[in-house]
Amino acid sequence: MDKKQEKQKDAGKILIEELNQDEKESATHKRSFWNVITIPLLAILSGIIIGAILIAATSTSVYAAFGQSFGKGITTAFSEIGSAYASLFTGSIGDPVRIFSALFSGDKEQIYKAINPFLESLVQATPYIFAGLAVALAFRAGLFNIGVEGQLFIGAACATFVGYAVKGLPVYIHMPLAFIAGGLGGALWGFIPGFLKATTGGHEVINTIMMNYIAFRLTEWLLSGPMTRPGSGGMPISPLIEESAQIPQFFPSPIRFHLGFFFALGFAWLIWWLLFKTKWGLNMRTVGTNPRAAKYAGLSVAKTTMIGMAISGGLAGLAGAIQILAVNRSMALGLSSGYGFDSIALALIGNNHPVGVVLASILFGTLRNGATRMMVVSRIPIDIVDVLQAIILMLVAAPAIIRTIYRLKEPKEEETTVFVSGWGGGQ
Amino acid sequence: MSKKFLLILSMVVIGSMLFVACGPTAEEEGVYVCQITDTGGIDDKSFNQTAWKGIQDAEEALGIRSNYLESQEVADYEKNLNAFQEEGCDLIITVGFLIGDATAAAAVANPDTYYSIVDYAYEETIPNVVGQVFETDEAAFLAGYAAAGVTQTGKVGTFGGLPIPTVTIFMDGFAKGVAKYNEVKGTNVEVLGWDLDNPDAGLFSMDFDDQQKGRELAVSLMDEGADIIMPVAGPVGLGAAAAIQERGNAYVIGVDSDWFLTSPEYADIVLTSVMKLMDATTFQVIENVINDSFEPGVIVGTLENEGVALAPFHDNANLISAELQAELDQLQADIIAGTIVLD
Repeated sequence: MDKKQEKQKDAGKILIEELNQDEKESATHKRSFWNVITIPLLAILSGIIIGAILIAATSTSVYAAFGQSFGKGITTAFSEIGSAYASLFTGSIGDPVRIFSALFSGDKEQIYKAINPFLESLVQATPYIFAGLAVALAFRAGLFNIGVEGQLFIGAACATFVGYAVKGLPVYIHMPLAFIAGGLGGALWGFIPGFLKATTGGHEVINTIMMNYIAFRLTEWLLSGPMTRPGSGGMPISPLIEESAQIPQFFPSPIRFHLGFFFALGFAWLIWWLLFKTKWGLNMRTVGTNPRAAKYAGLSVAKTTMIGMAISGGLAGLAGAIQILAVNRSMALGLSSGYGFDSIALALIGNNHPVGVVLASILFGTLRNGATRMMVVSRIPIDIVDVLQAIILMLVAAPAIIRTIYRLKEPKEEETTVFVSGWGGGQ
Repeated sequence: MSKKFLLILSMVVIGSMLFVACGPTAEEEGVYVCQITDTGGIDDKSFNQTAWKGIQDAEEALGIRSNYLESQEVADYEKNLNAFQEEGCDLIITVGFLIGDATAAAAVANPDTYYSIVDYAYEETIPNVVGQVFETDEAAFLAGYAAAGVTQTGKVGTFGGLPIPTVTIFMDGFAKGVAKYNEVKGTNVEVLGWDLDNPDAGLFSMDFDDQQKGRELAVSLMDEGADIIMPVAGPVGLGAAAAIQERGNAYVIGVDSDWFLTSPEYADIVLTSVMKLMDATTFQVIENVINDSFEPGVIVGTLENEGVALAPFHDNANLISAELQAELDQLQADIIAGTIVLD
């Protein structure tokens, strides 16, 4: 018995040393960077190829052309795919020809319009970054936060309330106040399942899902009851927030690019610093990797669980707050197209690293933004982007598929994915 | 490894350039009409779909060009409005109260584009916006009267999606129709799920998506004895229809469109439908734009201008006696003539 305990204690120590070691090593280890980034990139490429096949296979004009002749079918298929991806590109990054001609003309308005697609992609990416960070942070602490969507709704509701109910404050107080209120609302909503896990062992996966339902119904009730817009007859929409609560946009309408994107980058940096540069972050990651070892090393698993869930929920709440304060300016039913659930995918693609999350978020934002233009020009429903995202995610989640397709070598050390231990790791 | 990666990257870059190069842009003739749906999507079997039908009808009859964008969340409204503005649409049709703010902002910013919003009327008229609103209670009144004449149990039921004016107006009309029948015939047909004197006690699914909820509400209404149910909750109502079909001894009254046609799988249990013909009003707006006779403000759909209507009874016409049909025709004439006022 004694021996066993000693052994486990050692395991804890070794683990902590290893985690420290890991950081130093990976900084000098350039190969591992390529290892990390190859799989997602190849997954994206594969997703685009499979998406192309789907675009061609669901197009009636392609079938009509095949009816005429095989060659015509092939050319039609390629031109359909070409026009779809061309519009996806010009809709999300911008039309290169237009950007150049705008730059040469020197007309400010033309330049704004030409670069708007790219800026709009960043607008789309902003809530993804916050929500993705929320999931990634929880994963690092060995927690599976499925409740990001609900936390986002609560955060949005809190930010909205402070945004319209508090009046007469200057912008540099009111705006941060509303933003923080959103974070606190989300943090509370994340803390509850964290607290339940720490004290009763109730699994956070179940509890966060249940908290989602409570959050959805609660916000519906708030929006059509206490927070409804006067004169709307009970429509599920809140009053407009005060101008002093709005996060400023940089350019005149229709460009929506706003300060919140830089908030998101700031928070990504903050989370990176917390996770990898502080003792607190080390403790958190230790608990996440092996809660038993962490316990024997003298760390409080319960405390980490509660704090981890609260911060994760807070980040999710900020995702909701940013949408209200910077983009929507009021809260209504249909606030989110599923940021909370997409964010699980983002964290996975981003390898639960803040930098990865930011990059994955920009990818998702770009895809979703480009999809609008794809719908307008090529009449391809936005659903194709959901399929694309799903394929990319599946390929990232199952790297063996990518390795087989592209004949990559198995990496020497199997990368440990933290979230796996999240399932029952704490039990 | 990195060589391989660079190779792939360069392939992607070259590929995307090729795609950009061969992007076609063909200019076409005709007025360009564009619709932006709310989060329900273009195929919601409700107002988005019906408004789109109006645009398609106009495409066939008037030779316009059309396009649509689906919104997945509130933040998409403004983005989609911008996208269509960029695309050069002549008339942009938005659907639903929740797009109201974004539509007004876009309309003010772009005075040269016409806008029309379904189910919404602005307090202050914007010179390039026309709202489309509907006196659905007129048709629901007829449905309530017919239901009261058909019921075997003496109880009819209704439930809504959310307690909002565009939903409760159906329930108001329905309950008033039943009350009218009781008054004329001296019967005591009861309405479950909606009380004219106590709107807070109404029955609602609090949802416009989840068919399971419609199923549950229909089952509980049938358990309480209702044999005709009018669900005013978009696709949720289809869940109610499924539950009614399983039970087999009750009927459903469709809303928005003629469910006998749009949901033929339930044709045997659809008594009638309270039609809110957004396609007719949308078509009207398009016609006005083409003829240069666009008028800002609101278009009100009524029984008179066929913006609302009671659908035919189709296969269940045998349930309606000649006498009842005659009374319904008379009521419709009275409402149009203004001798019956519903407010």
